[in-house]
Amino acid sequence: MDCNKQAVALMHKYMDGDLTQEEERRLRHHLQACSTCQNHFHELKKTTTLIKNTGPVSAPKNFTSNVMANLPKEKKKKRYTRFLQKHPILTAAAVFFILMFSSVFTTWNQDQQVTVSKQENLEIRDNTVIVPEGVTVNGDLVVRNGDLRIEGQINGDVTIINGDIIEGQADHQLEGIDSSTLQAYSGELTEVNKIHEWVWYQTKNAITSIFSFGSDE
Amino acid sequence: METMIKQKIKEVKKGDQSAFEDIVSFYQNKVYHICFRMIGNAYEAEDLAQEAFIRAYTNIHTFDNRRKFSTWLYRIATNLTIDRIRKKKPDYHLDAQVRGTEGLDMYSQLAADQALPEEEVESLELQTYIHKEILALPPKYRSVIVLRYLDELPLQDIAEILDIPVGTVKTRVHRGREALRKKLRHV
Ligand SMILES: [Zn+2]
Repeated sequence: MDCNKQAVALMHKYMDGDLTQEEERRLRHHLQACSTCQNHFHELKKTTTLIKNTGPVSAPKNFTSNVMANLPKEKKKKRYTRFLQKHPILTAAAVFFILMFSSVFTTWNQDQQVTVSKQENLEIRDNTVIVPEGVTVNGDLVVRNGDLRIEGQINGDVTIINGDIIEGQADHQLEGIDSSTLQAYSGELTEVNKIHEWVWYQTKNAITSIFSFGSDE
Repeated sequence: METMIKQKIKEVKKGDQSAFEDIVSFYQNKVYHICFRMIGNAYEAEDLAQEAFIRAYTNIHTFDNRRKFSTWLYRIATNLTIDRIRKKKPDYHLDAQVRGTEGLDMYSQLAADQALPEEEVESLELQTYIHKEILALPPKYRSVIVLRYLDELPLQDIAEILDIPVGTVKTRVHRGREALRKKLRHV
């Protein structure tokens, strides 16, 4: 047997656990007769023992927590889904939202008449709701499908759905003064003119009421 | 254990990030070992191992659950490390010695800190020497040797990790072992 080509190749095969019985017999036979190969084989076994003895290295302390801290943020949608799976009652609430949204769309399309949340002392003329001079509305005001003209005073939030706010008639007398700084209402003004805003507005209201319901408990 | 890991992977795929923690915790030493033995430097090894886990996480949906997770993970780690070695190539030969010594620092520091008995210090020095000799191997031999002697990884797994035929793995293991034999026979 050729030492360098055949015998050494068999030694490596032996170390890989690939030797057939016949090959093993041949290798053993050769090793008994050849001291060079015996020595080579011994060195190879020693080498593998040494490599194995370098032992496993351990990851630094806090390795796992460092990895976790550096992971990309979990997708919100997925977290939300998992949350819903774990909370079936809220899933029911989600279904309710979907149903509610579909009715919202219908409402948006069908409801074209001017409506206003308070009627006392207010005038409605040509799709415009007017708070006449000298009249003070106490509380929030919601106007749908119409514009709002404030000549008097509103102590509360104003929400206009599918309409605009029209500055009071006194405006022309106040030329030179930025009319937007003049507030005839004490709260916030919300104008909702697009379907997605409308949906958002509805959702916000629904969520607000759910939260206040929750906090009542 | 593989079953536990597969279950965790399913949870991660569903979007449960926290399930990934057990996976990292279970494989951290193995992955770090591969990176450290191949790159030779503790800081870079940590960086690479961390990057490997992050990539595994972001690509978890591409992992086929019927396959062995360790193979898939080690492949990511090995590829990242080989890429890093390639980028360092221009000064690779000059660097080998220096990078070997960084390992030495780590071991000798350990030895100094803990005031080990003499034979253990000797064994640490020996380990450093072997570590250095593995690092001195060309990367293609180094990778197979590191993987082969990490938990006696089967040749078939190494072939999958490195995406080369089993025959090539065997040839490289043989040559790597021969190269190390020449360096280590007088130890
Ligand atoms: Zn011989």
